[in-house]
Amino acid sequence: MANGTIALAEKSFYQEGTTKRKTGLFSWIFSTDHKRIGILYLTSVTFFFVCGVILGELMRLELIAPGPTIVNAETYNRFFTLHGVIMIFLFIIPGIPAVFGNFFLPIQIGAKDVAFPRLNLLSWWLYVIGAVFALTSLYLPGGPADTGWTFYIPYSIRTGTNVSYTLMAAFILGFSSILTGLNFITTVHRMRAPGMSFFKMPLNIWALYATGWVQVVATPVIGITMLLIIIERTFGVGIFDPALGGDPILYQHMFWIYSHPAVYIMILPAMGVVSEIIATFSRRTIFGYKAVAYSSLAIAFFGYLVWAHHMFVSGLSETAAIVFSFLTFIVAIPSAIKVFNWVATMYKGSIDPRTPFLWVMAFIFLFSIGGLTGLVLGSLATDVHLHDTYFVVGHFHFVMFGGTGTIFFAALHYWFPKMFGKMYNEKIAKIGVGLFFIAFLTLYFPMFLLGYNGMPRRYFDYLPQFHTLHFISTMGAWLMFIALSIVIGNLLYALKKGKKAPANPWGGVTLEWHIPSPPPLENFEEIPNVTHEPYDFSQLEGMEYGTE
Amino acid sequence: MELNNPVSTNNNQHVHRDDVGARIGMWLFLFTELLLFGGMFLVYAVYRMKYPDQFHLSAMEMNTTIGTLNTIILLTSSLTMVLSIAAIQKKNKFLSVVFVSTTLILGFMFLIDKYFEWSHEIHNGNYPGSEVLLNKKNGEILFFGLYYAMTGLHGLHVIIGMIVLSFMLVFLLRDKITFDNYVKLENAGLYWHLVDIIWIFLFPLFYLIQ
Repeated sequence: MANGTIALAEKSFYQEGTTKRKTGLFSWIFSTDHKRIGILYLTSVTFFFVCGVILGELMRLELIAPGPTIVNAETYNRFFTLHGVIMIFLFIIPGIPAVFGNFFLPIQIGAKDVAFPRLNLLSWWLYVIGAVFALTSLYLPGGPADTGWTFYIPYSIRTGTNVSYTLMAAFILGFSSILTGLNFITTVHRMRAPGMSFFKMPLNIWALYATGWVQVVATPVIGITMLLIIIERTFGVGIFDPALGGDPILYQHMFWIYSHPAVYIMILPAMGVVSEIIATFSRRTIFGYKAVAYSSLAIAFFGYLVWAHHMFVSGLSETAAIVFSFLTFIVAIPSAIKVFNWVATMYKGSIDPRTPFLWVMAFIFLFSIGGLTGLVLGSLATDVHLHDTYFVVGHFHFVMFGGTGTIFFAALHYWFPKMFGKMYNEKIAKIGVGLFFIAFLTLYFPMFLLGYNGMPRRYFDYLPQFHTLHFISTMGAWLMFIALSIVIGNLLYALKKGKKAPANPWGGVTLEWHIPSPPPLENFEEIPNVTHEPYDFSQLEGMEYGTE
Repeated sequence: MELNNPVSTNNNQHVHRDDVGARIGMWLFLFTELLLFGGMFLVYAVYRMKYPDQFHLSAMEMNTTIGTLNTIILLTSSLTMVLSIAAIQKKNKFLSVVFVSTTLILGFMFLIDKYFEWSHEIHNGNYPGSEVLLNKKNGEILFFGLYYAMTGLHGLHVIIGMIVLSFMLVFLLRDKITFDNYVKLENAGLYWHLVDIIWIFLFPLFYLIQ
């Protein structure tokens, strides 16, 4: 793609920073280098992912048998609230865009950095401050919130727990997310290398660009909603409280106006990464490049208009319900376009089933189940039956964990050599992904059956007839813990003892594979002049690639 | 706010300046601000549809004179803001400093007015949680709830705008903002106009629906 961008014997960004201090913690937490910020995010996001996993494991342990097992009902409520808040606001939303977007967006468009490097650093700081707010609530009198991550009115006004802290955390994290989105949009418009037209951008960039717009357009609405509840709780101002004439349904609308588009903030960047990995390991240009690019924008657009499908049983008018149900089905179309195009890309490709590719295969399978069960919930008649049951929990975990979570690991395995300059043990990594896949189905598939049979979500106790399925699910949770330990342990080991990675271990052709691993501070010795299509694998001739 | 020029401070001290990029960033940010207030306008619209008479009744208690005065003050401050940018473009640093200072003073006057207005309402017992207010009808409670939340948040934005403008004043005095590099001042101006335009919507919604 680029001409003569390999620079030899240059210092990597680990050896050279932007701060006055050359080494130590301060050279990281005050660095405006997008790559260092990406790694800061990776560290903090992984930390909170582990916290969330531990909470999830405890919840599954509680549900291993009917009746109280390890905690009481109040603690259980706090567990699922904290699990939701941590996983959504601290892991999935910032996960792919803030970690891999920060690190690779400038490189993939041939830029030295993002448009606003200092603003980028501010986003990370806001993330940390938000996280501190979320965690402080644990240690203050009243304890962490027990409302669920949806903070529904009127309970979120009445409960004595520290809801305001958790809301403030969500508000600050939202601000951090807005700044990241704003930065990415401006970067894509202003910083592309010469020759890199919009339709020569890698699909990852298209996805991040669409995500940026959703972040900018949707997040302020949750910001103001959270702020209004804080005002209402602190000063007793009447806004949503039905006792003062307020309308709790209005709150639900405002909550979902953000929180539904938010699931596209979570899934769109994952879809971008999938396009990269499939193209690289099939050695073929992506089938229907433009369709995949436009479908990202279509998902972002229609995803904004479907929020009320979370509220079919809240007393919505029938007309509104039908319209929202219809729009929900529409969103499935661009998602399906992507899946079909990925599969078509592999057809007659020269497939190299390395670890990142296997993660992507797991993604396509799990995400398809998640997507199709979403349609079951999006249609009116079935939703009434399945609303607020484990079916919803299963669906949500299939799309979020099976979708975004899986791709987080795919991206980590794909770009690990580039980010850290080290190779990991592929054999163990493959065992990890295989075990993850089995564990995932054991853990979450029973939830569909539970929900279909009437097990409500967020319940601490259950009837004996649900015991077997809950038991299987908890076994799956343990298996998942082992799988994740193998995956993360393997990468941590590689960080210390891994072999040195070449510049292009997988035979990728997007710009990041044309520069050394790990990249130098300014990414490119000189800004490349882009002449090739993004997935033109004829570039591999005359390029050194492969792990050997 | 770091919405100024993108500057990559690396070892080469290679300074990358992109005024258009800075403006795009600012406009996107303003867009998020509009949506933030948009959420509140939505809440207002829903409740006014629900309780039109009680909203009408509560608005009678608003002091239209102070409201009008504040509208004039803010509109004038937007004018002085624009003039300060025009002055620096014409290389007149002194005049630009004068106009930014005038904008700051007008912002301050707005806040003083707001202070008296709020004190007056609180004196009348129309504050959240007061017995006077709780004895009123639901629509009136909501009207005053929204009044405090919306003008309060707007007031907060005026304060933030004034802090940003104070920085601009320092930049002007230290020649960080010059006739050929004034995008910071321009962006600060955009923010100030946003604060102004939101007031233009708040004013009729709370004062003129009597």
